Amino acid sequence: MTAATGTAPSRLRAESPLRRLASRPEFGALMGALLVFLIFSLLGYGGGYLRWGGIAGYLQIAAQIGIIGAAVTLLMIAGEFDLSVGSMIGAAGMFLAMLLAVANLPPWLAVILTFAFALSVGALNGWLVMKTALPSFIVTLATQFILRGGTIALTRALTGLTIVNVPAEAQQDPALRIFTANLVTLDNGVARFNVEILWWIAVVVIASWVLYRTRFGNWIFAVGGSSQAARYVGVPVRRVKILLFMTTAGAAALYACIVTSLVGSANVTTGTGQEFVAIVTAVLGGTLLTGGYGSVVGSALGAFVLGATNLGIFYAGINTDWYLVVLGALLLGAALVNASVLRRASGAR
Amino acid sequence: MTAPREPLIPHDTSPFTLPADTAARVAAYGRQAAAPAPTDVPVLEARDISKYFGRVIALEHVSLSVRPGEVNCLLGDNGAGKSTLIKTLSGVHPPDDGTLLMDGEPIRLQSPRDALDRGIATVYQDLAVLPLMSVSRNFFVGSEPTTGWGPFRRFDVTRAGRIASEQMLEIGITVRDPSQLVGTLSGGERQTLAIARAEYFGARVLILDEPTSALGVKEAAIVLRHVIRARAKGLGVIFITHNVQHALPVGDRFTILAHGRLAGEFVRGEVGQDELLRLMGGGEELADLARELETLMGADVETIERAAEAAPTGSEGAGPADGEPAQRAVDGR
Repeated sequence: MTAATGTAPSRLRAESPLRRLASRPEFGALMGALLVFLIFSLLGYGGGYLRWGGIAGYLQIAAQIGIIGAAVTLLMIAGEFDLSVGSMIGAAGMFLAMLLAVANLPPWLAVILTFAFALSVGALNGWLVMKTALPSFIVTLATQFILRGGTIALTRALTGLTIVNVPAEAQQDPALRIFTANLVTLDNGVARFNVEILWWIAVVVIASWVLYRTRFGNWIFAVGGSSQAARYVGVPVRRVKILLFMTTAGAAALYACIVTSLVGSANVTTGTGQEFVAIVTAVLGGTLLTGGYGSVVGSALGAFVLGATNLGIFYAGINTDWYLVVLGALLLGAALVNASVLRRASGAR
Repeated sequence: MTAPREPLIPHDTSPFTLPADTAARVAAYGRQAAAPAPTDVPVLEARDISKYFGRVIALEHVSLSVRPGEVNCLLGDNGAGKSTLIKTLSGVHPPDDGTLLMDGEPIRLQSPRDALDRGIATVYQDLAVLPLMSVSRNFFVGSEPTTGWGPFRRFDVTRAGRIASEQMLEIGITVRDPSQLVGTLSGGERQTLAIARAEYFGARVLILDEPTSALGVKEAAIVLRHVIRARAKGLGVIFITHNVQHALPVGDRFTILAHGRLAGEFVRGEVGQDELLRLMGGGEELADLARELETLMGADVETIERAAEAAPTGSEGAGPADGEPAQRAVDGR
């Protein structure tokens, strides 16, 4: 087949590397991260934003947000939401603390059971969504309330309290230390870089690898693009989605293990609102709310933006009450940038 | 349509609205790639298929067959049961009654994947490709090549990219690189990509669901050319359309569905456009519609002319040209 038989020649210009970069989903997040970092470096320089203490501070926030964000990003690329991750954090944290404090289980077993509990709740979420064919927004909104309410009610029924302390010896156990260990401390103990940053990096690297370099990753894009089209070409849609709901719940359990071990206690309200922070992280990172398009690395940049802004406002000497205002504005800006990046990537003008 | 209305193929005595040069090229392409002689055993056959959705009769006693190197055009108006029939043939719905046979052997399709594995590939109009995925990812979705071992088994991105590029080149689509999003391709190119993918993965039967319906004339021609190409390679093609003008130049056999039942079956040369349209149940309605529109247009012209007389200051230069006042008046509304 040659052009002579009549195929219209494809009218595509060669692209500059910069233009190519600009049509990647992470592009907006990268620009946003640089911009936010630059602004707060200037405003907060005197306050110590660029000193080790500041850097450790916002990396810690970014790591916690980013662990959930990466998992939620995968799920959103597959076209689904999980509004129950926030409640899952509270439930998993309390589950862990009760196994340690009330059931006196060895820490390693408590951690394994906590993950098993979270993964089964995630599987249930996914199964419900696939079985009922209801929007995941509604199904996980329901499980959000059920999980939170169940956590509060059961905790109070069993202990009479809403906060359960982790026994001190359990906190020192290697099974919990893997979530809290200090990597390096700088500036006379002010700047503590903890192992959660490594957890974050590991989650992002693995999630990215899965997304871009495995069959499963290709299926994630496909089911998000159109689950029916994916099913017709033989993608196991149900399995993909259920596994991703398990992933978000697993990420919530990881977050819960980190926070519970770090603080030394579990609170029934821990994680409230994290489901939306995770969605913001994903959107800042260039992921579409409608599915089929997005980036885990972008979500990591999004988590960095949130961390850098959160502490940036503090270091700049601005009242931290303004954080949510800035967050909302960032979200709106990111959504606009995403829309234009998408237009560029899909060739529309 | 101002294209010269000349018969394209000897048996086709009806007007044909693809531009004559494009249509001739489509036909020439088919002749040049001489199709292997069709054998008598159908590669895929549906025998006496019925399918009900609750009390609704979607299909009743429908039979259809396609031989290697043959194009069977499945024609029918909206709601005639075309979609249900192809979903039955591609493993989406099991039939309530009747048998599917492949190479003369009865088969039972468990799922779309099962159908694909047996070499029955279906290209859906809207679901052919995923616009937000790259060309190479689209090409291999559901059948990704892998490399590595155990937990490190991974999607062979390099190989997928290379093969996708080669295949695109072969079907005449220029892609900048295989990571280009499919959303940047035209509608015809997307359908073509899906057809090429099916061929690449060894399809023996190609089911095309309205591949040309949403396309302009040129784009439709690209797709029709690939239908003929697939036939030349010895695939059995079931080409679903409600556009008789797209079916006539490529079809070896025509199966017409109306209201969930067989309304006729013909081989090439037995039937013309008007007869096909009539059988699809659209003939009379179209004639009625044409008459109704003529009446409406006449009325409108009069109204407009009266309005023009009442206001004689209208600019002369932009007025209706000689000979076609009705046309202009309607166009200008």
